[in-house]
Amino acid sequence: MASPAPRPITIAILAMGGEGGGVLAEWIVDLAEHAGYIAQMTSVPGVAQRTGATNYYVELFPKTATSSNSGPPVLGLTPVAGDVDIVIASELMEAGRAVQRGLVTPDRTTFIVSTNRVYAMTEKIAIADGRVDSGALLEGCRTAAKRLISGDMAQLAESTGSMISSVLFGALAGANVLPIQRMAFEAAIRRGGVGVKESVAAFNAGFAAATDGVPANAAEPLATHVSAPLAPLMAEAAAYPEQARMYIRAGIERTADYQDATYARDYLARLKPVAETERKYGNGSGLLLAETARELALGMSYEDTVRVAELKIRPARFERVRQEVQIADGQILEIAEFFHPRVQEIADTLPAGLGRWLLASGWPRRLLERLTTKGKVLKTSSVSGFLMLYFVASLKPTRRRSLRFQNEQAFLDAWLRKILDVAQTNYALAVEIALTRTLVKGYSDTHERGRERYDVLMQLLPRLMELPDPAGALAKLRKAALADDTGAALSSAIKDIRPLAQAAE
Amino acid sequence: MAERSFKEEVQKLKLGEGDEFHGEGILAVTKALLQSGVSYVAGYQGAPISHLMDVLADANDILEELGIHFENSASEATAAATLAASVNYPLRGAVTFKSTVGTNVASDALANLASGGVTGGALIIIGEDYGEGSSIMQERVHAFAMKSMMWLIDPRPNLPSIVRAVETAFELSEISNTPVMLELRIRACHVYGRFTTKANKRAEFGLTDALENPRRDLNRIAMPPMVYVHERDKWETRWPAAVKYIQDNRLNEFFDGDADDIGIVVQGGIYNTTLRGLELLGLADSFGNSKVPIYVLNVTYPLVDAEFVRFCAGKKAILVVEEGQPDFIEQNVNTILRRADVQTKIHGKDMLPMAGEYTGGVVREGLRKFIERTRPDLTLPPAPAADLVPLDKRRAEAQALMEGKVHGRPPSFCTGCPERPIFAAMKLVERELGQHHVSADIGCHLFSIFPPFSIGATTMGYGLGAAGASALNVKAGKRAIAMMGDGGFWHNGLTSGVGNAVFNKSDNVLIIVDNGYSAATGGQDIPSSFHLQANRSTQNSIEKAVRGVGVNWVKTITHTYDVAKMRDTLREALTTKEQGPKVIVAQSECMLNKQRRIRPLIRKAAERGERVVRERFGVDADTCTGDHSCIRLSGCPSLTIAPNPDPLRREPITKVINSCVGCGLCGEVSHAAVLCPSFYRASLITNPTGWDRFKANIRAAVIGFFQRRIERRLQAA
Repeated sequence: MASPAPRPITIAILAMGGEGGGVLAEWIVDLAEHAGYIAQMTSVPGVAQRTGATNYYVELFPKTATSSNSGPPVLGLTPVAGDVDIVIASELMEAGRAVQRGLVTPDRTTFIVSTNRVYAMTEKIAIADGRVDSGALLEGCRTAAKRLISGDMAQLAESTGSMISSVLFGALAGANVLPIQRMAFEAAIRRGGVGVKESVAAFNAGFAAATDGVPANAAEPLATHVSAPLAPLMAEAAAYPEQARMYIRAGIERTADYQDATYARDYLARLKPVAETERKYGNGSGLLLAETARELALGMSYEDTVRVAELKIRPARFERVRQEVQIADGQILEIAEFFHPRVQEIADTLPAGLGRWLLASGWPRRLLERLTTKGKVLKTSSVSGFLMLYFVASLKPTRRRSLRFQNEQAFLDAWLRKILDVAQTNYALAVEIALTRTLVKGYSDTHERGRERYDVLMQLLPRLMELPDPAGALAKLRKAALADDTGAALSSAIKDIRPLAQAAE
Repeated sequence: MAERSFKEEVQKLKLGEGDEFHGEGILAVTKALLQSGVSYVAGYQGAPISHLMDVLADANDILEELGIHFENSASEATAAATLAASVNYPLRGAVTFKSTVGTNVASDALANLASGGVTGGALIIIGEDYGEGSSIMQERVHAFAMKSMMWLIDPRPNLPSIVRAVETAFELSEISNTPVMLELRIRACHVYGRFTTKANKRAEFGLTDALENPRRDLNRIAMPPMVYVHERDKWETRWPAAVKYIQDNRLNEFFDGDADDIGIVVQGGIYNTTLRGLELLGLADSFGNSKVPIYVLNVTYPLVDAEFVRFCAGKKAILVVEEGQPDFIEQNVNTILRRADVQTKIHGKDMLPMAGEYTGGVVREGLRKFIERTRPDLTLPPAPAADLVPLDKRRAEAQALMEGKVHGRPPSFCTGCPERPIFAAMKLVERELGQHHVSADIGCHLFSIFPPFSIGATTMGYGLGAAGASALNVKAGKRAIAMMGDGGFWHNGLTSGVGNAVFNKSDNVLIIVDNGYSAATGGQDIPSSFHLQANRSTQNSIEKAVRGVGVNWVKTITHTYDVAKMRDTLREALTTKEQGPKVIVAQSECMLNKQRRIRPLIRKAAERGERVVRERFGVDADTCTGDHSCIRLSGCPSLTIAPNPDPLRREPITKVINSCVGCGLCGEVSHAAVLCPSFYRASLITNPTGWDRFKANIRAAVIGFFQRRIERRLQAA
């Protein structure tokens, strides 16, 4: 055997079904065949093509290394851990999968990674936040590879109106790992013949990303405009400790936007005792005030019919929709909403007495129930639909007298009292109680379910306080409450605390 | 019309003598069939041979020119029975399906075929759906070859070898009067390569000749007393004839090597991987020159005793590289060598894993063990580079960073899939009536077993969803629900499931997903496909068929996206007092295929200046509270999450990305489940009419007036 023996260049592509990974592999084959290589490609389509994780594998062997008596080279059909020169991943978790499979090794692998996330189902269906730590994934990629080329290639594809495969092909050219000129890459795209202009633009973006790096998105500057009525409140907020200041400012804006400047003043007034408690019993973290400020603002700006109507008809919202649906010149946009108000929501909007009467009534309630069994589709972009929502939004001044308002304020006051009360003896637990309000969110069933679970946890408080780590226990229960729709995780977590409580006795 | 079109590629089938073919393995097999002078081809789609069926369908004109008849068989059993044409007539025929599931279905016909034997070459092209990318239970086709005695060819995975395998398979079949199976693994089916073509051949004796000059031979019919003769004939005549042909034509290959006191025996399909393993151990080069002698079994059944005895002469040990379990070949080799009193030690599954795909890394490690045990003097990879230790440390660190962060990504319903609302409705009914036993079937609908739906307890095979609920047919407070796709329905479910339920007076509920295609296998047409096809009879109603076998309670829902209707119908089926099976036909076109069909039409219409409306959904970030119940009732790929723009909130918001096809499910679900008011539907009108523009102007004026008022108020607040 001659030494060094000629070896194929090995390339693995990890992608998800329907992403164009096959197109990328075909371009590489075509590119290589025109550049004097023998190319072999394999893939595992099948049902993985239905959005599942899939992969492609390419081997390139230089024709110059073959001779008439050597015969054709024998090329591999599967990537071998430790023997892959180039790994291309079209998404960050798929990149992680490549690392986990051992395909990326520090001695030889050039790793081209698109850092965009296509969330796995497990991440998407979490009731709160089930996202995997992207930073750790990327760090793992960096650690595993000989050389990492990373950037949000999906973003580049979108901005150039093309597919991610074109950007990745550009990044492969820019990585300069194949002994093939840039022109040859572009020629392969042109031979492909479909969407050439967009593909080349995306290719160029990918090339630049590999050579110069991807420019980080500049953080949007926060709006600094403060209206006159809020100026004194904002000045007051400036006096609070730094950890809480950002939330308090946002809270003032939110509550004022939700109702009026008076409501924002209420907000600040409610925070005052919390700030005092923080000073007295705090551990220096400032967490109690910060988290209470954040949750209180959300709690005070609960999503009622009036609020939803108001947000739906704002000019900024129309503009946001136009951007989100990527409207083109000359196109007309129509927007339709999906509402399903039930008797509960109607009663909530009415003055408290009337609302309570309606809920307790006989035929009026049944009649309304009959009328609200089906959801309504409302065209906000039509004159009648818009005016209907405009009317609902105009009920804002009556909100303070509504049934829902009364209920919510009572709830928040009880929550705040509990926080202040507990903080005197157990600061950490008080912080957890502040955070537990997060269970109460969403609409209709979701809201009611969240409220029920919140109540369950609050009733457990005396029992939790007998445990060695009440704050930890509450945090655990809150997590369980957010684990599923059925409440199974919470039930089992509650069962689990019993023996501990006994042990503490 | 299948999901992937091969209209352009099939032109390669016309290549003549000495041309160079470039393309996928499956297409090369088709070309080899034409070069071999086949008269008929049939099969049933399924990965990894779906493309073979698609290629044949797209090549119909070329096939007709050569007098070849092609059928999309109703099932693998039909496909296998099609080979009956080769029993009495010198007609070459080929059928194809995925294995082992397809072979299971086909095995009745195959056993009959193999018993009587064939006159014309009969080839069964097997897509061995094993290892990574597989969608079925992990079994081997090898057992079927042995039990019915059909020869099994497992060629090296390069195009010239595969093409030669097809050509020799017909000769082998004819000389030994035995059907032959050609086994192609997933990656071999999809391998891109090249080979030198021959001219296509037209059969001298055609199907017309057979029809007009019928023949019969009682000796070929599988019926006593002939079956006893067949069994003897298999061993006494057909086996020796096959072995002789295999030897004479050198179907198996021997590669010499210096280390000739050991050797490797490998299935043809695993040859490339084995050679790569040797290469990585420094024992071979890229051109197949190996220090260790290799015996490649391009025919894995029957094994040729004489070749084994010859290969093992002077060898102290051999390694059998045989993928899958049980170790049929290794056991057979033990018998062969014991009978011949050859003392060579046989390694195999003691050094390589019994189960699982033989990927490069697996085989390399098996080879390493074998060499270390038998020839420790052969130096394995040059001493590791000095920095290998820190490198390994880095690998370990990287692995640790990934720990628990790489979630499984199983296949799922596509964007806008019409099957998703069926399961969303089932979830809603579950909330009211509690959980039910759900018997699942094979098809895209089986993705329901994964989150977010997590519905379905068992799957017993294609079309067997209803059959899988048969035992649960007693008086009880709840009924069982069975799923079935339209593909499975026509494959066998009409009789095995629906007919069976009628006859046995079942009270259960069956949901038939009627999406117009055999969708999971790549969108092939079936008898109930909506669209007219020149070569096939479509538009045959499932409801009529179901009523035809005696079901009285049948409801067809023509728009599955109507979740409320779907939910109400299912609730009724589960609670109605009416006796007998309850069948719901849930009908909406497969979105993947629909998009493929309508997208070009829409683009062209827009280019022509016609009014085109595109609908898509969106979520208002400021009303979304990040609870994600909508995702838990949908799981659409275009319905995802995004960082919350609200500084006060931490949970990611729901977001609809631009791949949304506007199926409407999001709106229906938020209505039916009373979710939240965050969803909106945007209609984008391209080339608006004068009336559209007039309306838009009025709206802009009125809404603009009020929005300016809102804006002023916001500024002042």
